[in-house]
Amino acid sequence: MTSVTLVRRIRARPQIVFDAVTTAEGIAHWWGPDAGPVLVAESDPRVGGRYRVRFLRMLDSTEYESSGEFLEIVPPERVVMSWRWKGGVPDPGESRVEITIKTVAEGTELTFVHSQLRDEEARRSHEGGWAGALDKLEAYLAVRSEGR
Amino acid sequence: MRERLLTGNRYQPLTVRSSRLILSYMVNSQERLARTFMALVDPTRRAILAQLERRDGASISELAKPFTIRLPAVMKHMDVLANAGLVTRSKSGRTVTVRLRAQPMREAMEWLRRYERFWSNSLDRLTTYAESKEAEARRKGR
Repeated sequence: MTSVTLVRRIRARPQIVFDAVTTAEGIAHWWGPDAGPVLVAESDPRVGGRYRVRFLRMLDSTEYESSGEFLEIVPPERVVMSWRWKGGVPDPGESRVEITIKTVAEGTELTFVHSQLRDEEARRSHEGGWAGALDKLEAYLAVRSEGR
Repeated sequence: MRERLLTGNRYQPLTVRSSRLILSYMVNSQERLARTFMALVDPTRRAILAQLERRDGASISELAKPFTIRLPAVMKHMDVLANAGLVTRSKSGRTVTVRLRAQPMREAMEWLRRYERFWSNSLDRLTTYAESKEAEARRKGR
């Protein structure tokens, strides 16, 4: 199982960040892989409530959808939701998104963790042990792509 | 939009064709990834790549030196790597030199990092949005 962790410092108060993360209006402004627009955003931010986001990916002009259920909601500090991806690729199963919002001097520190990414290839790849090999070659590639 | 699709017949074949194109691109890229991962799963092949990382353009016999396996076995590994597009071979006289190709590895890493990229882009926009909301709230004196 793999996970992705990202941390952002935001010059806004926690309540504003929390609303941006949980309300349909907020989600419609930021969710998606590139500059493609969010086409549908629905959200029922309470434990057991569901959300659904449909967006257009510019890269391949294809519509994708992610949806899930709110598992934990503690305004304005913490949101946990299940996450499922639809469209384009075979269903990689359900994963978990955890967002922690902390007050800091400049506003908010947001920690974003997407975990339980258990797609089949990732599992096989980790068993095969090549993930480490990729890491080692990464530096090499970075140098190469700069040279081009 | 729907009416346009129905009345203008010429739109329809275009739509079908372009979605096929996208599909075939996706299938091909999945196949390429599978070949890359298959090639990387073997420790000997990873060792060969690691060697090439230090001395790109080495000959096959130079590359075979550190290994206990015989040259024909190394050649077979080289076939798999070349098939996946991870290396290119060129022959001059009796010497075959091998060079690394970065593209398939880059694609493999991008695939592994696709979630990270997705959320990183999203969170950049979230930051911009929340900060503009904050500015708005301050203007309104809240």
